[in-house]
Amino acid sequence: MTQTPVISFDQVSRRFGSQEVLRNVSLEIHRNETLVVIGESGCGKSVSMKLMMSLMEPSSGQVLWAGRPLKDRTEQELLRERLRFGYLFQGAALFDSLSVFENVAFGLRQNTRMNERQIHENVRERVHEVGLPASVCSKKPAELSGGMKKRVGLARALALQPEVVFYDEPTTGLDPVMTDVINELILKVRSQRPVTSVVVTHEMRTVQRVADRVLMFYPVSRLEPEEDQIIFTGTAEEAFASADPRVAQFVAGVAGDRLQELAGA
Amino acid sequence: MATGTLSTGGQPAPRDTPFHLIGSATIRLLEGTGGLALLLASIARRLLTGLPSRSVLLTQMFEIGVQSLPVVAVTGGFIGMVLAVQSYDTLRTMGFENRIGSVVNVSLVKELGPVLAATMLAGRVGSRMAAELGTMRVTEQIEALRALGADPVCYLAVPRFLSCFLLIPLLTVVADLVGMLGGWFFSTQVLGVNSVEYWRYTFSFITGYDVLSGLFKSVWFGGAIALVACDRGFRCGAGAEGVGRAATDSFVYSFVIILLIDFVLGTFLSSLYYVLWPGPVSL
Repeated sequence: MTQTPVISFDQVSRRFGSQEVLRNVSLEIHRNETLVVIGESGCGKSVSMKLMMSLMEPSSGQVLWAGRPLKDRTEQELLRERLRFGYLFQGAALFDSLSVFENVAFGLRQNTRMNERQIHENVRERVHEVGLPASVCSKKPAELSGGMKKRVGLARALALQPEVVFYDEPTTGLDPVMTDVINELILKVRSQRPVTSVVVTHEMRTVQRVADRVLMFYPVSRLEPEEDQIIFTGTAEEAFASADPRVAQFVAGVAGDRLQELAGA
Repeated sequence: MATGTLSTGGQPAPRDTPFHLIGSATIRLLEGTGGLALLLASIARRLLTGLPSRSVLLTQMFEIGVQSLPVVAVTGGFIGMVLAVQSYDTLRTMGFENRIGSVVNVSLVKELGPVLAATMLAGRVGSRMAAELGTMRVTEQIEALRALGADPVCYLAVPRFLSCFLLIPLLTVVADLVGMLGGWFFSTQVLGVNSVEYWRYTFSFITGYDVLSGLFKSVWFGGAIALVACDRGFRCGAGAEGVGRAATDSFVYSFVIILLIDFVLGTFLSSLYYVLWPGPVSL
């Protein structure tokens, strides 16, 4: 018997004005897998993650959580069920006006009845888990480096013990060592608890290290009218060995004739 | 045939005719008004189900109320002095210079105190709020709030709206009081008006209705400033340009709405006064 997917898309499209970013996308995310979504900038990877988390509405089609469409849920149900998900934003999206401690504690204060001692304990554990010293708790986000911000963002995403963690370009803008630290953290989170991970990235090293399954999105503007927007599904090894020239070009990271194409567009 | 445009002979219809410009401006105006109405309804709905947390509310009240005190006091003081300067010559030609307190202070509490204090606050508080919320929007902090189970309207807009709604009338009282003192100082110390006469005419002409009508207007101004600022912040466009535009738009739209509210309420309150207390007014 097959398990009901944690999240699925049924013919989901999303437009911004006249620009179509997602077109009839159908996909399934299974419990405890690490799905990595790759694709060039603007192909709808981050948008699809926001749709999965219900931070955005699809223009058509439906998003399902545990087999049940989101549109069948009330606003309160969505708010409550969204807490099963943790989200590491691309720029970390830490609240500027709050300290690191208050950022990590935010979800706990907002959604649990924990007392101050429990909150302190929980925040200290999460901060330690992402490899930050306790002294960072009193700092404001503006005082942190890019890598520290991402780790605080991850600590905040993990505070409510989510079943699914979304990582939106978690290594963008980081040096190679810090990139690997984040990759390690993704693996560590997965090894320490039963968690489903969805990672959007351009970083092929991340794909290689963390992916159970890889999806590659292609920009709608470059697709044929009836073509599927997900041009590749498979393991990381299969992605690296793909014969599809579009996948091979992305994996190899070569411009080819793209510059001429862009100049002519 | 091209979709969405009328075409003649295969040529797309021009989109920059006065008809199109008026039409698009009308659509934008209706969209903007509708957006404000929806935000107001969301805030009202959340207020009915409970107040925001005390710490969030107190933080906003401190930033909006306490931190605005100096600028509001300075504004009020100068309004009072400028009114004294402007009224003195006219009143002196009529031999009424001792009555300057009535002119300065009635204008102050009914009209200039509330309007100029609100204008000052639309700049200081409203623009800051729009820029703050706009930055939160472009840096995905508003989405982060939703991801952490918080409702952005409840967490961000309700405390700001309540703080403006409750504190802008109090700040107007400060502007009025400092303005009265400014007018008194300039009239008596510089223009040589008798101090006792200044206050005697002030208190014989200012009625409780004048003071309350000024404060009543300021409640509306406060609500409008917060509403416009939150709306602009939540709808902020991308990047630094979007944040800058949100802050500027917040001030400009708030100012226009303050003048509109002032005109409508001023007319209504004057009519109401004559209904409640019919009879001639003498100076």
